[in-house]
Amino acid sequence: MTDIAFLLNGTPVRLSGVSPTRTLLDWLREDRGLTGTKEGCNEGDCGACTVMLTDPAKGAMPRALNACILFLPQLDGKSVRTVEGISGPKGELHPVQEAMIAHHGSQCGFCTPGFVVSMAVGHATGRQDHDDVLAGNLCRCTGYAPIIRAAKAAETAPVPDWMQEAEAPPASSAPEADDPAGFRPKTSDQLAAWYAEHPDATLIAGATDVGLWVTKQLRDLHPVAFLGGVEDLKTLTVNGDWFEVGAGVTITDLLEAVAAPLPSFGEMLRRYASVQVRNAATIGGNIANGSPIGDGPPALIALGAVLRLRRAEARRDMPLEDFFLDYRKQDRLPGEFVESIRFPVKAPELRCYKLSKRFDQDISAVCGCFNITQDGGTVRSARIAFGGMAGTPKRALAAETALIGQPWTLETIVAAQQALARDFAPMSDMRASASYRAAAAGNMLIRYFHDLSGEAVDVLGVTA
Amino acid sequence: MTLGKALPHDAAPLHVTGAARYVDDIPLPANALHLAFGLSSEAHADITAIDLSAVRAAPGVVMALSAQDLPEMPDCSPSAHDEPLLATGRVHYLGQPVFLVAATSHLAARKAARLAKITYAPLPAILTVDDALAAGSRFEAGPVVWAKGDAEAAITAAAHRISGQFEVGGQEHFYLEGQIAAALPQEGGDMVIHSSTQHPTEIQHKVAHALHLPMSAVRVEVRRMGGGFGGKESQGNALAIACALVARASGRPAKMRYDRDDDMMITGKRHDLRIGYEVGFDATGKIAGLSFTHLFRCGWALDLSIPVADRAMLHADNCYHLPDIRIESHRLRTNTQSATAFRGFGGPQGMIGIERVMDHIAHDRGLDPVVVRRVNFYAPMVSSTGGLSAPPHPPEDIFEQMKGRGAVQTTPYHMPVEDFVGDRIVDALLESSDYAARREAIAAWNTGSRVLKRGIAVTPVKFGISFTLTHLNQAGALVHVYQDGSVHLNHGGTEMGQGLFQKVAQVTASVFGLEADAVKITATDTAKVPNTSATAASSGSDLNGMAAQAAAITIRDRMAVFLAGRHQAEAADVVFKAGRVLIGGADLSFAEAAAMAYAGRVSLSSTGFYATPRITWDRVKGSGRPFFYFAYGAAVTEVVIDTLTGENRILRADVLHDSGASLNPALDIGQIEGAYVQGAGWLTMEELVWDAKGALRTHAPSTYKIPACSDRPPVFNVSLWGQDNPEATVGKSKAVGEPPFMLGISALMALSDAVAACGDGMTYPALDAPATPERILQAIARVRHV
Repeated sequence: MTDIAFLLNGTPVRLSGVSPTRTLLDWLREDRGLTGTKEGCNEGDCGACTVMLTDPAKGAMPRALNACILFLPQLDGKSVRTVEGISGPKGELHPVQEAMIAHHGSQCGFCTPGFVVSMAVGHATGRQDHDDVLAGNLCRCTGYAPIIRAAKAAETAPVPDWMQEAEAPPASSAPEADDPAGFRPKTSDQLAAWYAEHPDATLIAGATDVGLWVTKQLRDLHPVAFLGGVEDLKTLTVNGDWFEVGAGVTITDLLEAVAAPLPSFGEMLRRYASVQVRNAATIGGNIANGSPIGDGPPALIALGAVLRLRRAEARRDMPLEDFFLDYRKQDRLPGEFVESIRFPVKAPELRCYKLSKRFDQDISAVCGCFNITQDGGTVRSARIAFGGMAGTPKRALAAETALIGQPWTLETIVAAQQALARDFAPMSDMRASASYRAAAAGNMLIRYFHDLSGEAVDVLGVTA
Repeated sequence: MTLGKALPHDAAPLHVTGAARYVDDIPLPANALHLAFGLSSEAHADITAIDLSAVRAAPGVVMALSAQDLPEMPDCSPSAHDEPLLATGRVHYLGQPVFLVAATSHLAARKAARLAKITYAPLPAILTVDDALAAGSRFEAGPVVWAKGDAEAAITAAAHRISGQFEVGGQEHFYLEGQIAAALPQEGGDMVIHSSTQHPTEIQHKVAHALHLPMSAVRVEVRRMGGGFGGKESQGNALAIACALVARASGRPAKMRYDRDDDMMITGKRHDLRIGYEVGFDATGKIAGLSFTHLFRCGWALDLSIPVADRAMLHADNCYHLPDIRIESHRLRTNTQSATAFRGFGGPQGMIGIERVMDHIAHDRGLDPVVVRRVNFYAPMVSSTGGLSAPPHPPEDIFEQMKGRGAVQTTPYHMPVEDFVGDRIVDALLESSDYAARREAIAAWNTGSRVLKRGIAVTPVKFGISFTLTHLNQAGALVHVYQDGSVHLNHGGTEMGQGLFQKVAQVTASVFGLEADAVKITATDTAKVPNTSATAASSGSDLNGMAAQAAAITIRDRMAVFLAGRHQAEAADVVFKAGRVLIGGADLSFAEAAAMAYAGRVSLSSTGFYATPRITWDRVKGSGRPFFYFAYGAAVTEVVIDTLTGENRILRADVLHDSGASLNPALDIGQIEGAYVQGAGWLTMEELVWDAKGALRTHAPSTYKIPACSDRPPVFNVSLWGQDNPEATVGKSKAVGEPPFMLGISALMALSDAVAACGDGMTYPALDAPATPERILQAIARVRHV
C-alpha cells in the first residue's frame, strides 16, 4: 500500500506509514539526505526551504512553496523539485544559478538555495516582477541588489530541458477514511460526510497556519483531513455580478482573478504574505481561521461578501461579518466547514489599506478597507471594515452611520473619524500601540477621501 | 595578477546548487543525540523546584540535565565567569536556559523540553534603562568618562546651545543559519567540535575548560557560517559546551541547533541605548563644546558589553573635530538577553549620536545639514598626490588643508587623525548624486504634495580599524605547496559570507604568481592554526591576509633560493608570474618548480604570522592610538513618508565608500550594499519589543522584520573610493566588513528631513530609532504641534 506518491527531482517516490504531519523539509533533510534545502525559521517566513511544486491539475505551472510548513500528504500526485533538481543531471547549471554566481548573488549562501528555487520558478513562468517573486525569501547579507541583477540577467535564457517533468507523478492508493496518513477526500461531499462524523478533526488546506501548530506549538494533530484534493472546492466563477469562490481557492488564484476588476483588493493581496504562502494558503482557510489580523476578511466585508457554510448536507449563508463572533470564535457548528464565499465583481470605490512595519510579507498592524458610494455628492452607502482593530475583523458601523446621507466632504470625513473612536478600542502589541492603531485607522479615512479625489497618497507610487 | 580581481565568492557554485555544507548538513552517525534547552519563563526569579520527570519519560529522551544534575556548572562567558550553561538557582532573563534535553531526534528534544515543571519565586525584574538607573544596576562601579578639553566651559561660552535625548533600538542579527554545534567524541577523551562560530579558539577554550581538558585535546572546525554579523562571536559557546558535555557523558555524537524562536529568545542582540547630548556651537554650526551620555542596556551578563560601549565612545566624534568633548558611558545591567557584538560593535551607536547632533544643529540654525557637517570635519589628509579619482579641490578646501597642516587634529581619545578623506568623499558624492539640485527639487515637490513628503540626507562614516583589546590584533596562517604544485591554504579567519577565504586565497595566489583557483581553501581548524582571534572588528582580511602572505612568501623565497642555486641565478631575480617560474633563461611551470624543490628536499610548508603595528591603547585613561587606521565612506539617501500613517520608503541611495586598494571589488561592493541595507533596517523597520514581563515579543521573522527584497533602495548607486590605504596593509586595502553598516544612518536622517518638512520649522522632529511608521507619525505630530 502506498499512502503518498510523488516525483522528487524527476524520480518517483512512494511512501507509506509516515506521520501525516511530517514536513517535507524534515523528510528531505533527515530521511532523504537532501540537505540543500535549508531551515531558516521553520514557520514559512524566510524562504530558505523553498521548493518547486508542480501540480498536474494546475496545468503543470510550477509554484514555489515553503517546505518547512508543507506536510508530506500534501505532495501526493505532484512533482517536487529541490535545489538539487534545479541543476541538470550532469551538473549543468540552471541559468539562474549561473547568473547568481556571475552577479555575486550569494554571500553566506544559506538563503541561496531558496532564492535559486524561487528564481527558477519565476524564470519558468516568465515573471519579471522580481521583487514580488522574491518577497518571501529573506537575505541578510547582500541587500538583495545583486540577486535582482542576477534575476534580470537570467530572464531571457531558455528554460533548460531537464526542468520538464518527464513523467506523470505516480499514483497513490485510494485514500481510506481512517487512513493513518490523514483523510484525503476528493470531493466536498466526501469531506462533508467525514467531517460531520469527525467534528474534532483538523482540516488542512494550505497548512500556512496549521503548519505552525506543528512546527512551533509542537502539537500532535489527530485526526486530520487534507483538502488539497477536493477539486470542487477550488472553483472560482463569475456569476452575474458576483464572484463565487470555493474555499479551496488559493490566494494566488484569487489575486489573479480580482487584480483587474478590483485592483485595490488585488494590490493588498499582492502584499498578502509571500508568493510561497499565497501559493499554499486558501481563502477558506483565511476566513475559517478567524484571525483578527487576516487581510482577506476586512476587504471581503467591505465588499459585502456572503459566506456559505456546510455541515453534512445542510448549508447556510451569512454576511461574512456575522461569522466572526469574538476573538478566535466563529459562528461555525461542529462538523461545519467554509464551503465558499461570494462577493461583488464591481466595487470601483473599494480601497484596501494594509499598514505594517514592512511592506511585503508582514502581518498588518491595521488593515482598513473602505467601500463608500455617493449619489450626487451625498454618501449613499458605506461599508468600512478593519483588521487589527478588535478581536475579530470588524465593521465600523458608527463611522458608516456618520457618513451615510452626509455630503462627501472633508468635514464629513472628520466627523466619521470621531465616530470611529466609538467603533474600536484597539490593543497594543508588538506591531503597534493602541493609540497609533486608532490614529492610523482614522487617518485612513482621510487617505481614502484624498485617494478617491486622485491625490497622491501611496508611498509605493513615488520614485526618486 | 589575481589581487584586486572582482572574482565571485569561492563557494558560489556550491551555494547555488545547495552543495555548500553547513554544520547541520554534516552527516552524523545514526546514534547521534539531538539537544534542546528548556527556557526560563520568568525574567528574574529564584527557581524553587525543577521536576524533569515528564521530560525524561518523553519519547526518545536519553537524558535531561539541570543544575542539580551537574557537579559543577560550565561557564559560557567570553569575558567574565558570569554565564552558567544552565541557570543555577536563579534565572536572570526570560529565555535563559534552565535545563538540557538530549534525545534521539531534534523534534523529540524540542517536544520534551516543553514538559518540565519548574516553579519560580519571582523577583523584581529590571527591564529598562530607567529601571536600571533607579536601581543602580550596572556593570563596573560607575560610568566610564573620557574627556578632552573642557566641554562644559565651551558649551557655556558658545553663542548657541541645544540639548536633547533619543532612543536607539537594538537589532537581532537574524543570521539565516541559526546557532548550531556538534560534538564528536574521540579516543582518549578528546573532542572534535563543528560549530557555526566566528571564534573557533574561544569554542575550543570554553569546551576544554568545561571538560577539564587541555586545549590541545579539543579540535574545532568551521568551514562556513550561514551569516554571523557578530552574533556568532560568543553566542555559540553554550551550544558547543552542551554538546561536548552530552557527548562525553553518553559516548555518542551530539548536535544542538536552536529553533529560530529559541535562538531569538536565548541569544543577545545589538545593544539598544539612550543617548543624551548637550552642545554649544556658533552661527555657522561649528561645534565648540559637546557632552554625550550613553545609557546602554547590556542585559543580564557582561559578555562583550564593555568593549562595545567603549567603541561607541570611540566613535562619538565620527568625522568631526571636537576640541572640547566629554563622553559619559553607563553600562546598565538588566534582566534581558545579554546584548552582544553586532556589526559595528558599538560604533554605530556612538556615531548616530553625533549625526543626530549635526541634524539638530542644522535644524536649529536653519542650515542645510551638509553645511554644518562640513564646517566640523576633521582637517583633510595631507598627501603628495591627489590620486586619480580625487576631485579637484575648491580653493576653500585648500585653505582648510593648509590649516590642517599646521597642527594635526586629534580625536576625543587623543589619536591624531592623519588619513581623513571624509571631506573629499562627501564632495565627490554630493556631485555624483546631484545632491544640491535634488534637495531643491524635493523642497518644491513637498510644497505641492499634501499627504506625502520627501526628505534627503547625507551622512559620512569614519570607522576605526583594529581590535581595541590590542593583543587580539594578531593572526596566523598555514600554507602548503604540494609536489604537484597545488597549494593548500589555512588561516585563523572564519568564513561567514564576507568572502574572506577568497580574498586571502587571492593574496596567497598572487605571491606565487598563480590564479586564486589554484589555491585550495580549507576549513578553519584550531589544529592547523592556533590561538586565533575572532573573525570580527572587520579585521579578517587585514590580519589573515598578511599572515597568509607571510607564509607564502617564506615558501616562495625558499623555492627561489633553491631554484636560483640550480640555475646559477640570484634568488631575487626568480620571477613567479602567470603560473610560471622564470629563473634566468629557464621557464618552468609552477608545478615543475614545486616538484624540483621537493626533490631538492626544500620545505614547502610554512606558517605565517602577523601582528598589527603602531597601536597602543590605555582604555582607563581613554587615550592612545587604538586604531591602525580609519575607513571612510558616505551615503546620500532619499526617502518618502506618508504623513497620515507614517509609512515610509527609501527611494534612492548613493554610496561612495573607501576600501583602500580593494583586494576584490566585487566582494567589497557586496559588503557595502548588504551593510547599507542592514544598517537602514536597524533604523527603520527592525524593532525589538519586550513586554512588561520581560518577554521578547518579536522572536521570529513573523514579528521581527528585516528588510525584504523590495526594501532595498530602488535606485542604488555604490562606488569604491579606490585610493590606497596610506598604512602598510595587505595590498594597501582597507577593512570593509563593518564601516559601511553606518551608511544606513543617512536613511534615518533623511526621514528626519522629511518629517521636518511637515512642520513650520520651529520644532525639531526628534525622531527615535527605529523609525517605524508609528514613530514617524508621532514625530509628525510633534512638528505640527498637535
